[in-house]
Amino acid sequence: MTVLNNEKTISIYNNSSNPKAYPPGKHVLTGNQSAAIGAFLCGVQVIAAYPITPQSPVVEELSKFVEDGELSAEFVPVESEHSAMGVCIGASIAGARVFTATSANGLAYMCEQLHWASGSRLPIVMGCVNRAMAAPWSVLNDQQDSMSQRDAGWIQLFCRDNQEIIDTVIQAYRIAEKVYLPVMVCYDGYILSHTVMPLEVPDENKVKKFLPPYIPHTPIDINNPVNINPVTLGEPRYNANGVLCHGYMEHKYLHHKALRDSLNIIEEVDSEYKDTFGRSAGGLFSLYKTDDAEVVIVCAGSLSKMNILVVDMLREQNIPIGLVSLRSYRPFPNQKLSAALKNKKLILTIDKSLSYGYQGPICIDVKSCLFEAGISSIVISFIAGLGGRDIKPYEIAETAYDYWNKFLNNELNSENIYESQWINCKY
Amino acid sequence: MTSILELPVDEYMLPGNRSCAGCGLGIGLRYILKALEGKCVMTVPASCLTVLGGMYPVSSVSVPWINSVFPGTAAMASGVAAGLKALKKEDITVLAMAGDGGTYDIGIQALSGAAERNANFLFICYDNEAYMNTGTQRSGATPKGVKTTTTPIIGKMHSPKDMGQIMEAHRIPYVATTCVSYPTDLYDKVKKAREIYGLRYIHLCVPCPSGWQYDPQNTVTIGQLAVETGAVVLYEIENGVFRLTGRSRRLAKDGKLKPLTEYLSAQKRFGNISSDTLEELQEYINKRWEEFISKDKTLFE
Ligand SMILES: Cc1ncc(C[n+]2csc(CCOP(=O)(O)OP(=O)(O)O)c2C)c(N)n1
Ligand code: SF4
Ligand SMILES: [Mg+2]
Repeated sequence: MTVLNNEKTISIYNNSSNPKAYPPGKHVLTGNQSAAIGAFLCGVQVIAAYPITPQSPVVEELSKFVEDGELSAEFVPVESEHSAMGVCIGASIAGARVFTATSANGLAYMCEQLHWASGSRLPIVMGCVNRAMAAPWSVLNDQQDSMSQRDAGWIQLFCRDNQEIIDTVIQAYRIAEKVYLPVMVCYDGYILSHTVMPLEVPDENKVKKFLPPYIPHTPIDINNPVNINPVTLGEPRYNANGVLCHGYMEHKYLHHKALRDSLNIIEEVDSEYKDTFGRSAGGLFSLYKTDDAEVVIVCAGSLSKMNILVVDMLREQNIPIGLVSLRSYRPFPNQKLSAALKNKKLILTIDKSLSYGYQGPICIDVKSCLFEAGISSIVISFIAGLGGRDIKPYEIAETAYDYWNKFLNNELNSENIYESQWINCKY
Repeated sequence: MTSILELPVDEYMLPGNRSCAGCGLGIGLRYILKALEGKCVMTVPASCLTVLGGMYPVSSVSVPWINSVFPGTAAMASGVAAGLKALKKEDITVLAMAGDGGTYDIGIQALSGAAERNANFLFICYDNEAYMNTGTQRSGATPKGVKTTTTPIIGKMHSPKDMGQIMEAHRIPYVATTCVSYPTDLYDKVKKAREIYGLRYIHLCVPCPSGWQYDPQNTVTIGQLAVETGAVVLYEIENGVFRLTGRSRRLAKDGKLKPLTEYLSAQKRFGNISSDTLEELQEYINKRWEEFISKDKTLFE
């Protein structure tokens, strides 16, 4: 991506304090409110969204801020998610900080625009309120929607609770505007989006300091006109001044490299956030009782929070278990994750989605990162909670207990290893 | 009305572009950019216009140009307009320019949404009456009877939509039709549209030698025949007031349409049109012409 060295556009913050109803400090809020307030605090300038359950309250909350005059942003009530992302792309190119949110079919409907946004290297932040993909219709939670867009070239961060939603939205702009990549802030529908939890709303003044103004990489300038994203051939080509410029493949290499480089940025931003606001939002992933663990659960999203309880329950039974909560799914922290899983005998991944025809996506990635690190632990793929199927702590605890014993007694068979295990599926 | 000698001499199209020889699109874009004095940012979907714009890292125009996904021209333009407004940089015209496929068919949803919101940009549909970029397949704008690569033997069996009426029904502040063979008509309409706030829609007839199958040197004549036979009618609707303009106005006042066959027989795409279809098309054009004349309350003022 050519970054032009001309006059940069500086965005202006329009809001000068927290929303009236949400002063800095403790509040009891839903995940959707948390996301909306996060976007407010970042001084978003253009919001475009289309309603879908369970995302709708995010945009309702934001449109209230705008109509109230509390947030002087352009709210564009588009006719579809395809256009929501189209508006975000246009506004982000124009130099505005933008926000949108969606779920499931809305995310799928955006698909070509998701690739356009990331290929254009735009720092768009989007809430993805995780919901099952139809057919058949379901408005309830799983993570098939964001997992299906895994390869759209976005950063994907998963939140465990409502505090992490507001914190991750704020961090997302900082990360996005640093590496020029869009960020999907994923949080579980209903379980987080519609459930109230106590959380700390940050102070807008502090957020402003944490988040410098957005500077577009290629500002619209009639005195220095640029054709953004024209047809680009496979091979490099000369420009009018005889300079050899990138072909499609070089652009994609840089796009991919930016994602890989963002592994460090995500960690740095989280630790700086911790210094400023006193709490981390989970870095690339977080560990719970893994030091002396021999069996480890790996999962993402709200399930990670519940699994802390599961680990504690099993520890009481003297099971040497720990937990890895994956926050950054793309970029995938392969090297650090395999280091954290070194010497673990048994790894139990729990996916709320499927790579149909194989196993859970988290499982597949965990296996591949262990393989490249020469670690030959046994990894078992569990599928749970599809389409809102309830997941109870004791179910996970029983499953983990059961598989740990099977492992100890050499009872794991090829069926356990080559096929996903479906938790609480009554088929 | 601006005369040809009064047109600004500044050029915003650079020498050379990748469109076919004799393409009407370059003529159109040249006068559009003159009317906007280059103070615009374009949003462009996949189409012949993308090709005309040039391949990375060269460009054929000297205005900012943002490419868009095929269905998303109007959404991207809405976003650019909203972004520029948020940044208080509203002195640039946002120009969304899409082909007939990117307007009538796959782009109609985003355009209709933007029109309903009266988003602040100028949308120009350049109509070459088929999907030219992908090899002349039929579109919702292709006339009945035309041979395309997806209506290869009997010709298109359906009549095109009336996009002007569809946009008029959105009650946006400005709707106009024009044709590249009448550059001053085009220039005046873009210049007028430039000063209006909200969604402005201009329909631009662009003869296409490759798809319409005529000698590239005849582009201007073909466009003139389209207007003189009434296949294309030049008008504008400003705040609900309908006016025939330019050549169409003169024809309505003191002339008469040429027979449609003069236009059709000049292009091979109408090559095997049946006499029934020809009659049907002529009847439709006559009827529509009468409707336009009675709709224009300013004609005989
Ligand atoms: C979603 C999607 N579907 C299909 C295409 C392929 N496509 C690119 S240009 C085009 C036709 C364009 O036709 P039109 O808008 O009339 O412009 P023209 O090429 O005729 O100037 C098509 C079908 C695409 N780019 N994106
Ligand atoms: S196919 Fe037609 S519209 Fe496209 S560049 Fe060629 S002449 Fe122009
Ligand atoms: Mg066309």
